[in-house]
Amino acid sequence: MSTELLTDITIFVLALLVGFEVISKVPATLHTPLMSAANSIHGIVLAGAMLIAVTADNALGYILAFVAAAFAAMNVVGGYVVTGRMLKMFRRSRAPVAAAQAPASLNGRGSGGQA
Amino acid sequence: MSTFGWVTQLLYVAAAVCFVLGLRLMNSPATARRGNQVSTAGMALAIATTFALVVHAGTVTATGWIVMLAGALVGAGAGLYSARTVQMTAMPQLVSLFNAVGGGAAALVAINEYVKLAGATAGVPEATTITTILDVLIGAVTFSGSIIAAGKLQGLINAAPVTFPGSRAANITAAVVAVGGGIYMIATPSVPVMIIIILAALAFGVTMVMPIGGADMPVVISLLNAFTGTAVAMAGFVIGNWALIIAGALVGASGSILTKLMADAMNRSLRNIMIGGFGTGDSAPAVAGPGGDVRSVAADDAAIQLAYAQKIIIVPGYGLAAAQAQHQVAELAALLEERGAEVSYAIHPVAGRMPGHMNVLLAEANVPYPQLKEMEEINPEFPRTDVALVIGANDVTNPAARRPGTAISGMPILDVDQAKSIIVIKRSMGHGYAGIDNELYVNPKTSMLFADAKSALTELIASVKTLVG
Repeated sequence: MSTELLTDITIFVLALLVGFEVISKVPATLHTPLMSAANSIHGIVLAGAMLIAVTADNALGYILAFVAAAFAAMNVVGGYVVTGRMLKMFRRSRAPVAAAQAPASLNGRGSGGQA
Repeated sequence: MSTFGWVTQLLYVAAAVCFVLGLRLMNSPATARRGNQVSTAGMALAIATTFALVVHAGTVTATGWIVMLAGALVGAGAGLYSARTVQMTAMPQLVSLFNAVGGGAAALVAINEYVKLAGATAGVPEATTITTILDVLIGAVTFSGSIIAAGKLQGLINAAPVTFPGSRAANITAAVVAVGGGIYMIATPSVPVMIIIILAALAFGVTMVMPIGGADMPVVISLLNAFTGTAVAMAGFVIGNWALIIAGALVGASGSILTKLMADAMNRSLRNIMIGGFGTGDSAPAVAGPGGDVRSVAADDAAIQLAYAQKIIIVPGYGLAAAQAQHQVAELAALLEERGAEVSYAIHPVAGRMPGHMNVLLAEANVPYPQLKEMEEINPEFPRTDVALVIGANDVTNPAARRPGTAISGMPILDVDQAKSIIVIKRSMGHGYAGIDNELYVNPKTSMLFADAKSALTELIASVKTLVG
């Protein structure tokens, strides 16, 4: 077993501990965006997919490079965009949209009141 | 190490710092968006660094560039499109799909490296063989398992536990072949054996998720998320890239935490969920609870009760989301708040089809996040609550969970029965997932409003406006 493997294992274990520490503080309200954010982080596999191309020189290598790059790029781009989209919806107070909806439903009240 | 090597390695460290900070900022809804931006910046840095590495290597053929860039473009386009158009109710499917492609890509990275090394004269170092096997196993299981999970969530595959004669045997056979092949490969490096391992692992993923029922999906998704992270970390071991190792470990930690939280919230062990749903084991018929009559109520009466309540807690369950009624519930809540009532939402950890799903659905319906309360936070407030309005939630409100001897005994529940009065919107007296009677429904304080969630809420809104304007 090499020193490199030992270094890799050390990094892995420490990162795991950091992950446990940081993520256990995320409130349940944000668990879906958290999982989605974690999802985008594992999109880092795109780096690995790109490195396939460095040595690819036959059909198998090219196919693997293409599929891996496509999978990983979908993962990373989709992950970040959808996480951002979700987080944008979390507001401290009701957004003006609600006020805009209210008058529309008030009409129902007027006619109902007469009946 | 060359200067270039140093710089790229340090840039990877900077990217890893961004990932950790990004997750750290997710500890509050107020900073979470910034967290996602920090994380995105880290990812952009890591990808740019890798691009520089690829260019610096100078060995990429013209075809290599084309396939790599074309693949990335196709994938990015598909990711962007699905992320922009997905309905919030369909979020679990999308997350599952991203788990699948992430795990699949991680496996492909290791497969490529192994094939390359096996062809070289130096052969494959033992450590690489072991990490390759782990990566390929976990990655392939995640890939096929996540696709099945996504199919079940989307309704393309029967969401109920699917078993066929010999499905357990098939599952065990796949596991034995995969692990056996792995052990053989350590002794004798062989590409054909690796292909057998891949196929066995894919089969294992399918046979693992097929028998799991829809309501257990929050656990399954979390677990597959942890798997993906681990697969990516293993890919990092194989190609000697720290960025992959760190990022993979972070995701592995996140997935593991969520898996445990979800399993705890259902009071079931992971093993129990993997082996089969409720009704397969010791879930004897519920111990006869305090019997009683069910009191049905009309929307008008329920509306009056709500309109004059000071403190209201809404308890939404998956039924609410299934009926697409989250906008109506938000509108009713806003109306009651205008009348001076204090309204909050009690969210059970497994309300929805993935961890935290209900919060996203309500946030989308414009519910301010300070009103979204976790179980531990809201339970002490029920005794001071005038009306608890239960919509589409069943088992998580059943007081029978506090007694031993029922199918849900020990499951943490929302203390809805302690509220001064309770209104339950439900289509019929049908059972929840656990298949037992809900004692809440025969509580003298409970009135049942029998209707579909959406129409009941629409009626309530109209009644509140008409009757007490």
